[in-house]
Amino acid sequence: MKSHLDTNVIPPSRQREAPRAGLTWIGQSIKRVEDPRILTGNGGYIDDFKVPGMAHAAMVSSPHAHARIVSIDTSRAKALPGVIGVYTGEDLASVVDPCPSFASPPIPQTAIAVGKVRHVGEVVAAVVAEDRYIAEDAAELVEVEWEVLPANVDIEASAAATGDALLHPDDRESNVALDESFNFGPVEEDFAAADHIIKRRLRWHRSSAQAIETCGVVAQFDPYKGGYTIHCNSNFYNFIPFVIGGSLRVSPGEMRIVPKLAGGSFGSKVFSHKIIILTAGLARLAGVPVKYIEDRLEHFTNSDSHGSDRLYDAELAVDKDGTFKSLRFTVLDDYGAYLQFGVGTHGNAMAQVTGPYTIGSFGMRVKAVLTNKCQQGPYRGFGSEVTNWLMERMVDAAANELGQDPLALREQNMIKPDAFPYMIPTGNIYDSGNFQKVLAEAKQMFDLDGWREKAKKMRAEGRCVGVGVATCMERSVYGPTEWWSLNNKETPGFTLTSTPESISVHFDPSGKLFVTLHSPMVGNSPETVVTQILAERLTVAPEDIVFNYSDSQSGFNGVGPQGSRFTAMIAGACVSASIKLEERLKRFGAHMLQRRPEDVELRNGMVAVKGLKDQEKSFGEIALTSSFFRLSFPDGEEFDSGLETTAVYDHPLSTDPDEDRKHLGIFYPIVGHICHIVAVEVDPGTGKVEMLDYAAVHDNGTIVNPRTLAGQVWGGTANGIGTTLSEQFHYNSDGQFTNPNFAEFAMPTANEMPRNFKLGHVETPSPFTEYGIKGGGEGGRLGAPSALTSAIEDALSDHGVKITSLPVTPPVLRGLIRDAEQMAAG
Amino acid sequence: MNKKAISLTVNGRVREALVPPRMLLSDFIRHELELPGTHVGCEHGVCGSCNVVVDGKAVRSCLMFAVQANGTEITTVEGYDTAEGLHPIQQAFWEEHGLQCGFCTPGMLAAAKELLAANPDPGDDEIREAISGNLCRCTGYEFIINAIRSAAKAMREAEIQKTLQPA
Repeated sequence: MKSHLDTNVIPPSRQREAPRAGLTWIGQSIKRVEDPRILTGNGGYIDDFKVPGMAHAAMVSSPHAHARIVSIDTSRAKALPGVIGVYTGEDLASVVDPCPSFASPPIPQTAIAVGKVRHVGEVVAAVVAEDRYIAEDAAELVEVEWEVLPANVDIEASAAATGDALLHPDDRESNVALDESFNFGPVEEDFAAADHIIKRRLRWHRSSAQAIETCGVVAQFDPYKGGYTIHCNSNFYNFIPFVIGGSLRVSPGEMRIVPKLAGGSFGSKVFSHKIIILTAGLARLAGVPVKYIEDRLEHFTNSDSHGSDRLYDAELAVDKDGTFKSLRFTVLDDYGAYLQFGVGTHGNAMAQVTGPYTIGSFGMRVKAVLTNKCQQGPYRGFGSEVTNWLMERMVDAAANELGQDPLALREQNMIKPDAFPYMIPTGNIYDSGNFQKVLAEAKQMFDLDGWREKAKKMRAEGRCVGVGVATCMERSVYGPTEWWSLNNKETPGFTLTSTPESISVHFDPSGKLFVTLHSPMVGNSPETVVTQILAERLTVAPEDIVFNYSDSQSGFNGVGPQGSRFTAMIAGACVSASIKLEERLKRFGAHMLQRRPEDVELRNGMVAVKGLKDQEKSFGEIALTSSFFRLSFPDGEEFDSGLETTAVYDHPLSTDPDEDRKHLGIFYPIVGHICHIVAVEVDPGTGKVEMLDYAAVHDNGTIVNPRTLAGQVWGGTANGIGTTLSEQFHYNSDGQFTNPNFAEFAMPTANEMPRNFKLGHVETPSPFTEYGIKGGGEGGRLGAPSALTSAIEDALSDHGVKITSLPVTPPVLRGLIRDAEQMAAG
Repeated sequence: MNKKAISLTVNGRVREALVPPRMLLSDFIRHELELPGTHVGCEHGVCGSCNVVVDGKAVRSCLMFAVQANGTEITTVEGYDTAEGLHPIQQAFWEEHGLQCGFCTPGMLAAAKELLAANPDPGDDEIREAISGNLCRCTGYEFIINAIRSAAKAMREAEIQKTLQPA
């Protein structure tokens, strides 16, 4: 039968290292090689860095959500002793152009507001002073006269706003920045033919990653070379510095961006270009090196990393036997005042929008709405955490309306193990999986049958106890078409299709293997995973591997840790580098052993003659000889001295979106699978939720380091628990952000975590990546909200409570219980 | 602003300085003493990343002025390890994967140090309580709890070894 997916052909696998048993280093929980320096206070974060003559910046932030700047008086601030300069948006514009925007058409944003402010916390002026204390004193002395404009806070109201309420009246006649509709497959027909249509209005509220370290920069400008040196904690410094260079009016070659260890990112430091442009501009204006570290309030209100904030009207078409036919929804997303990444978070969700289920078609209308809030950026899941929750909510709703067991309904519709690679209606593929095995493992680990009996008994005692099961996808190894594939096809914008990762390696004359990474560390374990993969592939001892990080001038293509890509991608680069280095090792070693290269092999850090003991040369001997004793080898460039290579690995499996957007191509195909099962008890009098038991089973393909992967799953689950139970940014009707601090934005502490957390793994290797590795950085947050929501709804099923919005904080849940009780009482 | 003379012992070394009265202890430690291991996460006493040990107690250095530390004895993360290697708590955090980005870690270590000084054999709930004033966004806390439990055991065993050695 002809399908809209016929033109989306799956390319052949480029895998060179097959998944296999009996590996030496891959699969071991070795201790992290990054840790000793960090544990002793020598991690080297951005605020630890200083340069001679460095001054400090503090910001004057907007107290209004939406206002015209009538005038700014900086005279009192400038007069304060110790102040070097005070700069407005116009001042900054003399040396810096607007920030890059991946939205198409772009939405202009400047690092310091010009003419008007669009959210609380937006910078209106900056002070540079001898120290931060003086800078903050001076910021208090800057006087701004405002003309307050109507604030857009509600998504639907903002979508309909006109006149003075428009955020960007010079560029757009509406606060809706993008409104696109898609049908992937025969959506209309499938809905028309279905027996039941399940409808829900679902709301996911705004929060953000809030890594414990904020964003920061130290920038220097050299007027004679016309260039910048920029130290920062951005994830993304080595692939697209030209975008920042464009704003700073320099070529990438005139700019050196140096990464510092980042104190957590979870997406929030993926780009962080605005703070780089701001600080660099200030350094140029002030004529001194400038450090600017966001304080916590600034990180909440102005760091461009707020998470998804969506309102869905969703429909699931189901046959009377329970078969899922089609899914469609309209989604409004509150993107805040700007649109730095376009609707990339919805592009991302297209990777797995139909979940682990066989659903033949999918339709969507997406509206990106601008409001007077800080703009969105990435947060662990990058939009897919929301559609995972939506899919699982719709399945629970269908089970409820059809009177079926929610778990049986999931199992009935689950993609079978023999159906991979499986192409979903949007065109993305799931490379491999065994969802049934993951579910079976989770059920056993949790003792689901036992718990259901136990919950029944506890409920008979009048306790509100429930069990929730979620079966979700974890797409990994992102492809960049997600950034633009949902843009209007007439104005697609920057149609990037590359996401390389690379590595440079060389043996020094002592035989140590020096590795240069072209992506930074943000709390992931780049040195540990590279150690394990290179030790595996080259038979080098892990303690002989030494790490460095390049900067944007010395470095090579590296997209960095984001989209659960780093481990799988760097493994590819490690294999490519190992192949090249192995060839050189064998050529030099064979010559030293007076053998042909094809007669030798790598063995325990040696080049050894095949089949013979004691006929071997250590990598150290070969490195030393090849570095210092050129005359020991024949003439000819194949014996040029030294053992060095740089290798790049491109995305292992991606295709272009269809020109007419009948499908979006393959862009996020290395999929993991997650099953979370949780038992909760709700106190109906207070709305407090207690987790009684928790099991999580993840399939992330071949595991490089089980313990670091477990750390990712645990941490992601903690984020997901916060998203579900406590974390929400609150705005009042004036657009004031009322809880931008750690005391009132309630992130889980050790006391909020489940006591009996059981973690399991299933390994279904990818047929497309080296060794079958899949990414695993986001799964916890991709699964926990669905399971927890389901469990809470189950616990309150006797009260008739339905959960259609997150988070469910105690007051929210208490309100739902009260409403349900009043409804029941008539 | 009139500076005040202070004298305190940091990681076993006497430090004397003239500081503005409003300078936070966290800024003094980080930027005046150049000990960058004490981290500042929230500047309002919630996250605990800036915890240092002042006269045996874990203290928020962002909620204390440097002048208030006059005459005290302070240990920061730079003062934990010795010529023999990592402190047993640091070693346990390494072995049990008690850190990812490491930003909250010095504060966690200070909380653990205070706990284990007072209670060499804490139960999991006591460990949980002891670190409940410290936020970590990476780990989900479980491996931190494992690390502190394991450090307690190692320190108890080392103590027994010490008593068994001839004087």
